[in-house]
Amino acid sequence: MIRIALLVAGKDLRIERRSRVLLWQVLPFGVTGLLLSGLALGPTQAGHSSAAPGLFYLVMLLVALLMINRSQVIEGSTGTKTSIATLGLDPAGVFLGKALALAVELWLTGAVLLAGSVLFLHTALSGTLSALPSVAVTLGALGAAGSLYGALSGGGQGPATLLPMLSLPAFAPLLIAGERSFSAALRHGSIWRWWVISLVALVAYLALGILLYGVLEES
Amino acid sequence: MIKQLAQRLLGPLTLVLLVLTFWLGLWVTPPDKIQGNLARLLYVHPAVAWVALYVSFGTAAVASALYLWKRTRSQVMDRIAHCAMEVSIVFIIVTLITGSIWGRPTWGVWWAWDARLTSTAILGLFELAYLALRRANDDPDLRARRSAVFAIIAAVNVPIIHFSVDWWNTLHQGATAFTENGNLLVHGIMLWTLFISLFAFTLLFFWLLRARYRLEVLRDEKYHASLDEALAQRRREGVH
Repeated sequence: MIRIALLVAGKDLRIERRSRVLLWQVLPFGVTGLLLSGLALGPTQAGHSSAAPGLFYLVMLLVALLMINRSQVIEGSTGTKTSIATLGLDPAGVFLGKALALAVELWLTGAVLLAGSVLFLHTALSGTLSALPSVAVTLGALGAAGSLYGALSGGGQGPATLLPMLSLPAFAPLLIAGERSFSAALRHGSIWRWWVISLVALVAYLALGILLYGVLEES
Repeated sequence: MIKQLAQRLLGPLTLVLLVLTFWLGLWVTPPDKIQGNLARLLYVHPAVAWVALYVSFGTAAVASALYLWKRTRSQVMDRIAHCAMEVSIVFIIVTLITGSIWGRPTWGVWWAWDARLTSTAILGLFELAYLALRRANDDPDLRARRSAVFAIIAAVNVPIIHFSVDWWNTLHQGATAFTENGNLLVHGIMLWTLFISLFAFTLLFFWLLRARYRLEVLRDEKYHASLDEALAQRRREGVH
């Protein structure tokens, strides 16, 4: 299962590296989202870092939607599903691979947007760095949940509004947990209480994906 | 025989119990010492929330799990899950509305960013998403499978809602009828009215579920009949 997961993750990441969609489309979209959030707050509020954790996760959710859709479109392209079915790959491995690839893409985007929040939203560098463990786990959970909801929404072949409708309510607890722990890190408080919630969500989504991904991929 | 009798009695019994709940709640029970007449809303709100969060969503989740289990996989389970989820949306909306009506004079706002309120609203969004997912898939088997998986994932939200008032220090009150040790907090006619309302709204759910299920069966029959008719017509056209 792990070997298949690494193969699938490698395939997805190679496609992203070669197509450069992450670099030229998703990252600029995220940075634009962060800048627009600062503009929406206004010049006096934008300087206050208290809103930054929430804005960071809000932009990450929007970016994640793009990435999930893209990840599923890759899987749904002509011949891919047939090849996977013919090869008899373990669906749990495929799910883990897709979740891992998505998590890596989210971590990269998250790193850029965290730098953006230090620069544009004036979050303290030390606080931002101490929030990294919680951001990593929360974005990992977002990747696992996103892979599951992406498959549920029909692999990019369903209506465009379906994925946000299905996934955004599920992302809400992650948004809350991530924002709380990031805010705590900025105040030099303990991030671990909310970090545990993100960790539980990560484990729960991985377990659900391993159990149920095969059902979704049944022909 | 007994099943038929129970089905026939379900509607009238529900109606009688609902009338009894409203009569007891509005006229017989005394006003609360602190909340006054506002407490009468508690004969409706907790019962509706109980049905929305546990009975109807639980029915949908169990039916979905039974659909995914190959031994019990059938269209009946898929229909039950779908119908229970639709009825659940109605109860969720009523829960949020009655909660808001109670919240305005108590908390001073129609809506508070309270853990239980927010998580209940999120559960409502899950249910709307469930219906959107069903509409997005034309293939009945694919639709049933995806919906069943989604319902099970969404069910994870129910324990979060239940324990949210204990985990987070929020505005919403904790357990109404019992303490953590199981001791009673409400007594006498107020307690009886609370129990009758729980029973009445639970029966109302099953009555609505049965009606919605029958409607779904009729709709399927009509769809298949129109399909058969269309096929027969094409064959007749081929003969001529």
